[in-house]
Amino acid sequence: MKILTTNYISCAVKACKSTSLSFPLHFQDAVLVQEEVDFKPEFITNILPRIEWEALKITAVELGFTTLPAQKPEATEEAPLDPQVLKDLHTLLLETQVTEGKLVCANCKHVYNIHQGIANFLLPNHLALPLIMITNF
Amino acid sequence: MDINNPQNYEAEHVHRVYELIASHFSATRFKPWPIVEGFLKGLPIGSIGLDLGCGNGKYLTVNENVFMIGSDRSTALVQIAHDLKTQDSLIADTLELPHPDSRFDFAISIAVIHHFSTTARRIASIRSILATLKPSSNSETNGGKALIYVWALEQPNSKRGWKEGDPQDVMVPWQTSEGYSGVKGGSGKLSKGDKVVTYQRYYHLYREGELVQDIVAAGGIVLESGYERDNWWAICAPPHR
Ligand SMILES: [Zn+2]
Repeated sequence: MKILTTNYISCAVKACKSTSLSFPLHFQDAVLVQEEVDFKPEFITNILPRIEWEALKITAVELGFTTLPAQKPEATEEAPLDPQVLKDLHTLLLETQVTEGKLVCANCKHVYNIHQGIANFLLPNHLALPLIMITNF
Repeated sequence: MDINNPQNYEAEHVHRVYELIASHFSATRFKPWPIVEGFLKGLPIGSIGLDLGCGNGKYLTVNENVFMIGSDRSTALVQIAHDLKTQDSLIADTLELPHPDSRFDFAISIAVIHHFSTTARRIASIRSILATLKPSSNSETNGGKALIYVWALEQPNSKRGWKEGDPQDVMVPWQTSEGYSGVKGGSGKLSKGDKVVTYQRYYHLYREGELVQDIVAAGGIVLESGYERDNWWAICAPPHR
């Protein structure tokens, strides 16, 4: 699971979605690998405005990356982003992967497992949406 | 069709079957449908989206300039998709997506929602897809959009020959050999002397106009819709906010 993906993951429990505690999920016992991916500066430049920076900072610290800028780097017409900043983001967001570990919701405390790089978000029956809620409308 | 518990019904007649036929199914699926390919290739660089019910992940690599997270209920299929490396994939249910609302530029749901066994669950799945998309303003240009693709009841040119007026809730056989182990890129064809095993998958065949109707019932705005190779498709956006 890539770090970019974690910026787009919340708790799967419907009732958690309305609370800010369900995003981002929190890592435990994460095992990381680096895997080379083609660097495309324009792609990273366009991804950057879409990132929830505060959530990314939380995730980065949990995984041991402490060099992320406090403020999201922003490009302007006169001052495009420093290529090194883009390269560092590329490395963090796309090349760094969590292969084993857990993701925990701070609201309901549910634990989602990551195994061989694949996170499993299927809910046990008692947390899944009650049948009545989606059949009665 | 009398379905007392649709969740258990789908677990038995959809999820379990895909788990069992995953490698064979995957070996027969590598050519993207033109409408899907066109939709994905038309996205701006750096768009971020979802492939909900991604199966073996054949759509994840159509456009390398967008980032896609594929998800499927079948662990066996996600394991195949995950080998692709450039995108990401995970195990999730379309009715309980692990994604924050209103963040995505696009989503695709290809040949998935016809596996939900009641109208209410099909509409709920569309609502769940729409919730992930960036809200659209009145200009309809800056919000997220989803492409939904389902099997049609009207299939005059297919060997199955279904047509208007036929039953819409059907079991469709999948034939595979006992102990099939498909190598990716293989033909997936059965060979002589194989012991054939038939699995039945549940489908709801959509009649003309029904997909658009379900999207509207889910609160969505239909931007475009049509028919392609035995399937109905629609491109839709979440409600204006
Ligand atoms: Zn939760």
